[in-house]
Amino acid sequence: MIRFILGKLLYLVPTFVGITIIAFGFVRILPGDPVLLMAGERGISPERHAALSAQLGFDQPIWLQYLQFLGRLFHGDLGNSLVTKKPVMAEFLTLFPATVELGLVAIIIATAIGVPVGVLAAIKRGSWFDQVSMTAALVGFSMPIFWWGLLLIIFFSGILGWTPVSGRISLIYFFPDVTGFMLIDSIISGQKGAFTSALSHLILPSVVLATIPLAVIARQTRSAMLEVMGEDYVRTARAKGMPPSRVVGVHALRNAMIPVITTIGLQIGVLMAGAILTETIFSWPGIGKWMIDSISRRDYPVVQSGLLLIAGLVMLVNLLVDLTYGLINPRIRHK
Amino acid sequence: MTMLTRILIAASALAMTSAMPALAKTFVYCSEASPEGFDPAPYTAGGTFDASAHPIYNRLAEFKKGTTEVEPGLAESWDVSADGLEYTFKLRQGVKWQSNEKFTPTRDFNADDVIFSFMRQASADHPWNQYIAGITYEYYNSMEMPSLIKEVVKVDDYTVKFVLTRPEAPFLANISMPFASIVSAEYASVLEAAGTKEDLNNLPIGTGPFKFVAYQKDAVIRYVKNPDYWGEAPKIDDLVFAITPDAAVRLQKLKAGECQLMPFPAPADIAAIKEDPNLKVDEQAGLNVGYLAYNTTQAPFDNPKVRKALNMAMNKQAIIDAVFQGAGQVAKNPIPPTMWSYNDAIVDDVYDPVAAKAALEAEGVKDLSMKVWAMPVQRPYMPNARRTAELIQEDFAKVGVTVEIVSYEWGEYLDKSMEAGRDGAVILGWTGDNGDPDNFMGVLLSCASAQPGGANRAFWCNQEFSDLLSKAKQTADVAERTKLYEQAQVIFKDQAPWATLDHSTQYVPMAKNVTGFVMSPLGDYTFDTVDLTE
Repeated sequence: MIRFILGKLLYLVPTFVGITIIAFGFVRILPGDPVLLMAGERGISPERHAALSAQLGFDQPIWLQYLQFLGRLFHGDLGNSLVTKKPVMAEFLTLFPATVELGLVAIIIATAIGVPVGVLAAIKRGSWFDQVSMTAALVGFSMPIFWWGLLLIIFFSGILGWTPVSGRISLIYFFPDVTGFMLIDSIISGQKGAFTSALSHLILPSVVLATIPLAVIARQTRSAMLEVMGEDYVRTARAKGMPPSRVVGVHALRNAMIPVITTIGLQIGVLMAGAILTETIFSWPGIGKWMIDSISRRDYPVVQSGLLLIAGLVMLVNLLVDLTYGLINPRIRHK
Repeated sequence: MTMLTRILIAASALAMTSAMPALAKTFVYCSEASPEGFDPAPYTAGGTFDASAHPIYNRLAEFKKGTTEVEPGLAESWDVSADGLEYTFKLRQGVKWQSNEKFTPTRDFNADDVIFSFMRQASADHPWNQYIAGITYEYYNSMEMPSLIKEVVKVDDYTVKFVLTRPEAPFLANISMPFASIVSAEYASVLEAAGTKEDLNNLPIGTGPFKFVAYQKDAVIRYVKNPDYWGEAPKIDDLVFAITPDAAVRLQKLKAGECQLMPFPAPADIAAIKEDPNLKVDEQAGLNVGYLAYNTTQAPFDNPKVRKALNMAMNKQAIIDAVFQGAGQVAKNPIPPTMWSYNDAIVDDVYDPVAAKAALEAEGVKDLSMKVWAMPVQRPYMPNARRTAELIQEDFAKVGVTVEIVSYEWGEYLDKSMEAGRDGAVILGWTGDNGDPDNFMGVLLSCASAQPGGANRAFWCNQEFSDLLSKAKQTADVAERTKLYEQAQVIFKDQAPWATLDHSTQYVPMAKNVTGFVMSPLGDYTFDTVDLTE
């Protein structure tokens, strides 16, 4: 098992180097430079432009800037934002828990609903439930997040008044960040009603963020289940007179879970992309909104280091998924 | 956030709750953008100033509420020398600095604070110039303060003298701008001793109507009424900014009562907001202009008659109706009608495609093809440049001019549109910084601004026009300046370097029970006079 883990870790090194190049190069390929954007309609004299570029280090050759970026990275320095002038790492750590909280709840919703729906649709293949749920999944998968989020806000917050419009907690509650996770901090604060308020603020954004992963997971579970249900060992189990619930729950589901877990793991990347829009529309102070703002301002240090952190995280999750296969299927770890 | 900061915030929160009267009045503003920081000097965004300069700080002179007139602020009065080179400010006495967990002031505001606030921006050697690595003072530079201010002298504790290198009539308006906010020199020395200089930007201390309490990045900013404020005390106890970037969501929050006032509604929502029984809308002509700048150095656009003819071919009212949905007015001058010296006697070019076509033919212009640049972003002066360009394209086609619409990414657009030899006419605009006519005409149309790095995108250099501006800038008397600017507008209209397109209307939707909000022509959002009725 240790060799298996080490082997997986070794793969990460070239991937990580590749990501540094992409993260560094990506924002610089975009036209427009941060100094010009800062000056706006007023314009900036060539002398001042040169002076500012030099001060920010943009006058150096691009390969040298990249090496400097790598050098600082090895010392754990991700640089400072050009806009707020604050360390990128500090900003990331402030905002990251909000994204994790939203993402975790979303993935829990997506899995908790997606897997059972997929299993049921597979068992009752061709039934009205199968048809309706798979059509709904297709619709969910194609849903433009921005439109969907606004629609839910208008209906549930505007017309029905059931949920708050946006934010993480009602403004009447004010307590310091301890963990950064509002659900936990609201309990720690001991303020009455704070937890309920935080929970109610999570409902709409997490449902919106869960929509696409839910659709994917449901469809993936259904097809994986259908494949496994046709296998010889399932037929044998049935022939032995095993109760159907045991056939499905133990023999079929466990084997069908491998592609499903891969899918869930891959959804972490999808969640990050979805978080950008979801956070913007729900005024959710997370890293998705932070990245969008930074890209539009060409805040190079934030974009390159932020991308690196997010990519590193997705890599980590995928590693965990790989390791989970090993747990579920001994054949993989012994290969 | 360090543990210490967390504890401090917790302590201040506790202090706030215990200090609050039973029924504290809380006003929530759904702001549209996160502040870049809380020291106004290094930043340029209006959203940053609304969160820092206006609630927390004051300036020597201030803009009188709802106007662009300058009135005394931290300076009670001032004298200007006969040659216009020396401004002597008498400072207000008994103005208390705010306090926080790290700082308890031992003295009132005085001349040292004024010197500190300016010199840190003026001198690269000043120990506070780079108190955060990589910090720059863009407004101080772009308002030409480095070449204008020769020295700032402390005459006594309550008298400060600014010595200028040249007479500059807009100087008082310039130092009323957010970048010239007065920060505490004593607080700076306390932070320096503690080794936490950056807290000048994180935990601001000012003399303004509200004290900063806490900022949760990208989410909420909290302020509390400053009990020692030297001016008229705010009517509300707590001020909260709920940062909400999306206009549609801001409106939903306002409707749901999650906030009481919002900026920048979507133009399409205005009609519905006006009909909502729980909301009301304040509106005012914005201090802005949208324009189409020809390249006046290139044929045939170097011929004023050709430019005039093209302006006559343009149906500007149709643009106001379609693009602004009525929320604006046709522009005839380069400055907005709410600005002093606006020359209302000027008659705009009448929309007349037939006459325009004849005028073009008379100048020998046939089968003309040109580019029109459409900016990729929304601005208050131009909500949809692409649609505007399409309307211009249709209008010009009627007089036999073929238009190709081009666009670039915003940073590139700003850069390329200022390149000498640029092909085509550019849609752009301007929002005033300080209400001075020179801040429009000088910045956008003078000969000096036609140089690289300027903002004169028509590359128009008319010596007579520029001389009038220079003379006005050096004249202190407002009546005299007004005459000069009025003349300048006549030359502008005659020479037509731009097609002046629009002045947009600003809307501020708010809950019905909000009183005392005053719209600022400069687009500031200030809350020291607002109140909530039952």
